[in-house]
Amino acid sequence: MATGFVLPDPEDPDGQPFWQGTARGELLVQKCTECGRRRLPPRPMCFVCRSLRHEWEPLSGRGTIWSYVVAHPPLLPAYAELAPYNVITVALEEDPTLRLVGNLVASPQGAINEIDPSTIRIGEPVRVVYQQVEDVFLPRWMRA
Amino acid sequence: MVQTIKDRTAIVGLGQTAFAKGLEDSELSLACQAISAAIDDAGLRPQDVDGLAMFSMENGREVEVARNVGLGDVTFFSQIGYGGGAGCATVGHAAMAVATGQCEVAVAWRARKRAAKASRPWAQVGQRLEGATQWSRPFGLLRPVDEIAMLARRYMHEFGATRDHLANVALAFRKHANRNPRATMYEKKLTREQYMQARWISEPLCLFDNCLETDGALAVVITSAERARDLKQKPAYIHAFAQSIPRQHQVMTNYFCDDPLLGPSWTCARLLWEHSDFQPADVPVAQLYDAFSPLIPLSLEGYGFCGRGEGAAFTEGGSLEWPGGRLPTNTSGGGMSEAYVHGFNLVLEGARQMRGTSVCQVEGAECCLVTSGEGVPTSALLLRR
Repeated sequence: MATGFVLPDPEDPDGQPFWQGTARGELLVQKCTECGRRRLPPRPMCFVCRSLRHEWEPLSGRGTIWSYVVAHPPLLPAYAELAPYNVITVALEEDPTLRLVGNLVASPQGAINEIDPSTIRIGEPVRVVYQQVEDVFLPRWMRA
Repeated sequence: MVQTIKDRTAIVGLGQTAFAKGLEDSELSLACQAISAAIDDAGLRPQDVDGLAMFSMENGREVEVARNVGLGDVTFFSQIGYGGGAGCATVGHAAMAVATGQCEVAVAWRARKRAAKASRPWAQVGQRLEGATQWSRPFGLLRPVDEIAMLARRYMHEFGATRDHLANVALAFRKHANRNPRATMYEKKLTREQYMQARWISEPLCLFDNCLETDGALAVVITSAERARDLKQKPAYIHAFAQSIPRQHQVMTNYFCDDPLLGPSWTCARLLWEHSDFQPADVPVAQLYDAFSPLIPLSLEGYGFCGRGEGAAFTEGGSLEWPGGRLPTNTSGGGMSEAYVHGFNLVLEGARQMRGTSVCQVEGAECCLVTSGEGVPTSALLLRR
């Protein structure tokens, strides 16, 4: 059922393994098989050694808030209904230059507008949760 | 030694339509009106134009422009991508083409209507996301303002910048617009109190941290320095030009590299100053791309007007304001208070400063920096009198 949210194509050639991972409850990051460099977002070639060979490494799902915004209308209708809501960027524990955009929620299935935005702090530790929207499992974050 | 394009070409014609919300004419029609006006301003004829440089986001194609304006045989045409990053690059490509004999007289332009679908890609629904946007939009980071607000919050955190600094930017540009009868905000004053009480769009950015939404078109004519000397207007020489895609850059959501706050300005600046006889300390006036206010401190740092992390403090004490500031910036009001036409109005204002015809004229200005979008693959021009 269409929810009105903007969602990834889970069959995107570069993103597919990531989205398959979130559906299984795993946070996977692409890692070069040749030189070991991790990269995010996923893409075909290693920017360090130019290898096309890569594997998908499960990460701990822990990180810290690198930055955040609080979005207010005008927004697409499905998002406007939730506004104001937070969007955070998380620096991942294994390598803080690897970052993911997501939302801070109060409980595993909590909404993106439940947390009082004035309490959000850069540097707060967070851990990943997965929330299903249509056929996609989006990584979101709870306070660790 | 590399032969650069330094001072070998000049902007010799300026043209523009009115700025408004909801103009009736199509983008193609607006483009043709601005180009036509620029050719007249230069004292040239349409058949003199043999080069075209435009944004890839432009709706009217080169062939349509050529057929409408009555151009003759065109021997050079070029398109630049990445929206607001393209403005200075269209002029730079035209200058390179003129300097290398690929054409003699080129026009560069931007026509834009706020309601046009292509102008607001974030407002399109129904399609599943592929590529870069799948890593941000599903979470509600939908609009350009959200994407820049993420960087702005981090910048404020790292360097102690405040909303007062962003207000310095908004208020300076508004003051300039209040002197510019062509500006959308000509008659609308803005106070610090109004800024602080304005509604949020994407915290930490409020309404007045955003550029305007504008329908309109602007165009410039570029030709050789030699030919420029015989034309009607005082030439604005293209002294230096640069483009940049910094390493590991991602368009707008540049959060996926080692140091996201080292934006495209830094890379662009390196080549620009390398090719220039002027250095930042010599520059008395600037037109800096201002889709959002935090791009100004980032650009001030990137282009070397101050050290890293000092861009916000640079805005204190009225230093962006004409006439007394250290660096009067966006002297026609910029994207935030004159018009937002993907930054192309900044190019025309830079040329006016070199002609001596700005409404906020910096007396005796020898050169003017003009920049395009920070946060996207970008470009910059240093114009010389």
